[in-house]
Amino acid sequence: MEGNPTEDGHAQLYRTIRLIRRFEEHAIDLVRSGDIPGIHPCIGQEAAAAGVCAALRKDDVVLSNHRGHGHLLAKGCDPGRLMAELLGRVTGIGRGGGGSLHPADLDSGVYGATATVGHGAAIATGVGWALAKEGGDRVAVAFFGDGAVNQGALLESFNLASLWRVPVVLVCENNLYATTLAAGEGNAGSVIGRAEGFGIPASTVDGQDPVLVREAARQAVHRARTGGGPSVLELLTYRYEGHHTFELKTRLRYRDKAEVERWRERDPLRIQGERVRAEDRELIDAEVEATLEEAVRSALDSPAPDPTDPLRYLYADGLRTRGGVSYA
Amino acid sequence: MPRLHYLKAMNLALRDEMARDPAVFLMGEDINLALTNVATGLLSRFGPDRVVETPLSEQGFTNFATGAALTGRRPVVEYQIPFLLMLVLEQIVNQASRFSLMSGGRFRVPVTYLLPAAGWKPGWGAQHSDQPYPLFVHMGVKAVLPATPTDAYGLLTSAIRDDDPVLVFAPAAAHGVQEDVAFADLVPVPLGVGRVHRAGDDVTVVAVGHLVHDALAVAEDLADEVSVEVFDPRTLHPFDWPGLAASVERTGRLVVLDDSNRACGMAAEIVATAAEEMRLVAPPRRITRPDGAVLGGVPALDLAMQPNREQLAAAIRRVMK
Repeated sequence: MEGNPTEDGHAQLYRTIRLIRRFEEHAIDLVRSGDIPGIHPCIGQEAAAAGVCAALRKDDVVLSNHRGHGHLLAKGCDPGRLMAELLGRVTGIGRGGGGSLHPADLDSGVYGATATVGHGAAIATGVGWALAKEGGDRVAVAFFGDGAVNQGALLESFNLASLWRVPVVLVCENNLYATTLAAGEGNAGSVIGRAEGFGIPASTVDGQDPVLVREAARQAVHRARTGGGPSVLELLTYRYEGHHTFELKTRLRYRDKAEVERWRERDPLRIQGERVRAEDRELIDAEVEATLEEAVRSALDSPAPDPTDPLRYLYADGLRTRGGVSYA
Repeated sequence: MPRLHYLKAMNLALRDEMARDPAVFLMGEDINLALTNVATGLLSRFGPDRVVETPLSEQGFTNFATGAALTGRRPVVEYQIPFLLMLVLEQIVNQASRFSLMSGGRFRVPVTYLLPAAGWKPGWGAQHSDQPYPLFVHMGVKAVLPATPTDAYGLLTSAIRDDDPVLVFAPAAAHGVQEDVAFADLVPVPLGVGRVHRAGDDVTVVAVGHLVHDALAVAEDLADEVSVEVFDPRTLHPFDWPGLAASVERTGRLVVLDDSNRACGMAAEIVATAAEEMRLVAPPRRITRPDGAVLGGVPALDLAMQPNREQLAAAIRRVMK
């Protein structure tokens, strides 16, 4: 993936975006059928995950959040095992213990997804610090949304990361809404202004163009790898779907249809698709479709976990706690 | 035989574990100067990469410790006063203690949270004197409460070696306890195993933390009229229920002496479990802080809320009737 960012890897970026898009569409189908309780779709935001993760190595670490499927897939998580996780099956990356909200995947270096927004940034800062102390040049990345920038815990991570020059890239996917609250009504000042207040280099990037995202991420990752400390990237993006699939039923109204349509015109799948030859695109589309059909089939065929032992993995040492009912 | 002080025991445990395992490191506020005495000498021996002085940023550095632990380190996070745990309930309960479950057991978070001045110090004020261990037991986080220097050494050692998050509450009121012990004989104390400090036939007194010493004193005072067994669970979660059951099976009577608040407190759980599952010949009793206990800046008022020996003696006599 090294080389001129305006020419290389276009097909790979397109494939990642296509994979995330179709994975989520399949997942929403499984929500509609009742097989998955619900998800936070990232449809529309795929360029952020694809671009940032394209700047990472396999041994770099990502901390994700509640809208995390794209981060996992872009980092290399197996789609079948991720779908099994969403379905709560034992073959899932967390044996069903994480689900859609908290998927963690040791194999692809996604150390977890925290749903208390912003807290993953501080965890990633600890990861990055520990990686640096190991020696080598691995980096950590945290993804969080525009709502998270009002969390004190997130700002504490900015301070620690800057103070200790931690190799961490702090990525704000600014999709303009914190659940239903518009960023303009929730955020005083700016995202990068917060970063600059802590002495962290920060930039705002068009988050719909994966090539621009990848270029900005490469600079930030390079800075981290070479001892330059943290960076903050604000990626301007948008989710076409609701905050959560519950909006399929509630039909909450908090944004204009026209606004959604304007952002659909800046669709990362189309933007990146235009950089790939039509015949290559068709091959990729077919390959992604086959991959996902197999992913869904294998996930649905996987066994469900044992309901008599729901807390089997709560403790690393296998400790089993007392049941909720005592008949002794 | 050398005298081992409670705080020195924790200092030794930290020193020994840091020497034994390079993944272990200590972080917290004011530890460079060892304000609470548990970090004494560690900075000069292990350097600033292993003794990490933090800014006043509890939520930040508690999550930071989780991240370091996910990466293979074994952080010990020191909080000087237990009320800081209220700030980091999210980070300990909702983040650190959930990673194993959420990852199907693939990630481990071996963080030790050390509270070297847990509980009451007279006149410290309403925001400095809580004893919040039941909150964590309720949420399923491992927690230990050593009463003696040897147990402080042994339980802190085991907490550091444990692959799950573990809270270590070291009651301020136990800091003055000393023992004659050969340092070479200090060993890890397994989590979840209680200790019978004094055998007896008539009544089991469960006492936690510094209250173990009060229970032993009362048992001695009452020795002519009643035979008291003093059981120290040492670990609050996981609790040594078989150990307690064995004691209650013999005595048939139970009094619990606990430094947490009454409602939903540790004593409540011990009494409820005994009532449900053990053979009792008399209703059990508990002595705790009052509901909503908030210790203030007036030592005399503080003292009025502390469980005391007179209350324990009265409760023992009551269950014997």
